[in-house]
Amino acid sequence: MALFEGLSAKLQDITAKMRGKSRVTEQDIKEMMREIRLALLEADVNFTVVKELVAEISEKSKGVEVMESLTPGQQVVKIVHESLVDILGQTNSKLLVSPSGFTVIMLYGLQGAGKTTTAAKMALMLKKKGKKPMLTSVDVHRPAAARQLEILANSVDIPCYIQPEEKDAVKIARQAVDRARYLLCDTLIVDTAGRMTIDTEMMAELKAIGKVVNPTEKLLIVDAMIGQEAVNVALGFDKEIGLDGFIMTKLDGDARGGAALSIRKITGKPIKLICVGEKIDAIEEYYPDRMASRILGMGDVLSLIEKATANLDEKKAAEAFDKLKKNQFTLEDMLSQFEEVKKMGSIKDVLSMLPGMGNKAIPDEHIDEKAIDRSAAIIRSMTKKERHNPGILNASRRKRIAAGSGTTVQEVNRLIKQFEETQKMMKQFSGMMKGKGRMPNLGFGKRGFPF
Amino acid sequence: MGIFDTFRKGLQKTRDFVADGINRIAANMGFFDEDMLDDLEMLLVQADVGAACSIHLMSKVRQEIKATGDASRKNVISTLHREMLDVLGQAKPLAFEKGQLNILLMVGVNGTGKTTTAGKICARYRKQGFRILLGAADTFRAAAIEQLTHWGDRTDTPVIAHQEGSDPAAVVFDAIAAAKSRGVDLLILDTAGRLHNKANLMNELGKIRRIIQREAAAAKVETLLVIDATTGQNAVTQAKVFTEVAEVTSLAITKLDGNAKGGVALAVAHETHTPIALAGLGEKLDDLMDFDPQAFVESLLPIHQA
Repeated sequence: MALFEGLSAKLQDITAKMRGKSRVTEQDIKEMMREIRLALLEADVNFTVVKELVAEISEKSKGVEVMESLTPGQQVVKIVHESLVDILGQTNSKLLVSPSGFTVIMLYGLQGAGKTTTAAKMALMLKKKGKKPMLTSVDVHRPAAARQLEILANSVDIPCYIQPEEKDAVKIARQAVDRARYLLCDTLIVDTAGRMTIDTEMMAELKAIGKVVNPTEKLLIVDAMIGQEAVNVALGFDKEIGLDGFIMTKLDGDARGGAALSIRKITGKPIKLICVGEKIDAIEEYYPDRMASRILGMGDVLSLIEKATANLDEKKAAEAFDKLKKNQFTLEDMLSQFEEVKKMGSIKDVLSMLPGMGNKAIPDEHIDEKAIDRSAAIIRSMTKKERHNPGILNASRRKRIAAGSGTTVQEVNRLIKQFEETQKMMKQFSGMMKGKGRMPNLGFGKRGFPF
Repeated sequence: MGIFDTFRKGLQKTRDFVADGINRIAANMGFFDEDMLDDLEMLLVQADVGAACSIHLMSKVRQEIKATGDASRKNVISTLHREMLDVLGQAKPLAFEKGQLNILLMVGVNGTGKTTTAGKICARYRKQGFRILLGAADTFRAAAIEQLTHWGDRTDTPVIAHQEGSDPAAVVFDAIAAAKSRGVDLLILDTAGRLHNKANLMNELGKIRRIIQREAAAAKVETLLVIDATTGQNAVTQAKVFTEVAEVTSLAITKLDGNAKGGVALAVAHETHTPIALAGLGEKLDDLMDFDPQAFVESLLPIHQA
């Protein structure tokens, strides 16, 4: 997908060309809107929604004053992001509870959307919140569908009512309600068979089941990978049944999930939960801003900028810079830099905020969250004297430091080498710029980066 | 019902959508101007053809108009028709022959219809007199084994299965051994759905592929990636990653008769060049057909509409 790598990368290309301009021209906007349109379409946002959205964004972007710290491209990205969050967000997304004390949640969806797994996940989530849920499957079509639900229910010790031999879904539904009441459960989750909205017979079955169980909460399960049809699917179910909201599944995949935007914009109904894995507890609350970033494939650049500025201690940074200039950068200063970096959150979080990284998710095994901790521990195991004068670090001292910090001598050596290189680099740097200018890239330059 | 009729019936909705769209764009007009070509491009996008493939198709159409100066509706539609066929390439159905061991490995993300497709393929080759064995290598999803066993019962086909939660590679190993000793013609291996960005699960698939290679080096092996036609542009990534890890040889596009517009078949073909072998055009056993590019394109964009 090299062609459509991610919106922010594209917009950065465009804005690179307009660096130095204080205003965004009509032509720039037009070019950017084209990229935005493509990015949204590649993310499977419905075409009609894209058209409306791009028109709005274009209007908002015209004549935008460029803020001091942001480039015009970022400014536009911000507008896009805000527009998306606007559509994706607001409305209360809490699950409805029946005032009668007996809540029925009914799940609908196309074949293979993930209804059965989601039903079990919801039941476990409610159980953890102190509810007493029961599960039932009225899927009389897919072989072993009911058994699948029963196995999942058993694995988390939640009652489940199934009738694998019964072919009448309405009958099973009626019996399930009776059973749930008999067991004094306060919530019944009804898993239905997957169906297409154009299948009138199957849609009629849903209505018949609905009459019997009288659902409090009618939720459509939507696969995050779904394409342009998302809107018609949502509208189809909503028209026939009257949905209360949506659950997005398979968000642990790398699909952008543009369907979330489409169905929010077209139906106005809330997204209540998201599913993010195959494990039975992989169900989460839904955050509009995260979804927006995901759809744009941009990584959360804005949060990253905000996080960096909010967390960096300006005074400390200025001090370190001052020392650098005077060539007094010590291990002590390196340590305080590690601490600054740590403040920005886990490396994985920070990396995922970088554009182009967002959805690609670096495999966990490639990230060493503890690298900074270990480096910091090594410095902390040094005496004050050693920190200010690393020249005295002979073999026996290094051995002691390794033992003290729970690392190896090799790691200690590597850190000291890193420090020396940073120092060397900074020496050249301070020679180059006499005092003036912006904060240099202190210890985290290419060679100085501790991981 | 013949191939053409099944495709026509399954893709009825899409055909109506495309026809309506073209009529809307070029209402009462005998030709396409630049704006109308843009609209046509967007019509393709709406059918899940994807931006990249849509742009490719329309650039061909624009080239044709430039070269011939003929922007008539007839020429535009027939050029698009021709270019779609070009993207899809030659028909390449599964070609298993009796009298030797064939292995069909079913792979795909969750919920695309692997087990159902495996069942339908089993039924099809049973009809042709193949001796078949089913291997239940989806040991992860609850009741997946039972679902496959159901298909085994229905088609009178033995199933090799272990316990739920056991090592799928071991099931594959045993299934191959059984297939060899029983002298079956076709071994169909159903695997668990897995998202292609999960490194561990993809490694597991790589391992299965290697076991097949080692234990059945002489067998004709097809790896079939099952793609849900309702999927959007993620299908392209799926095809790429699965092909890399599991050496996918053919694609099956399921649920084409459903809510989907089916354009994803073009998107995937454009980006991967892996042939589409099968099309799921309905819920009945016979609705799983060999994919026929001619019938598909003609069902999508009838040339007489020009």
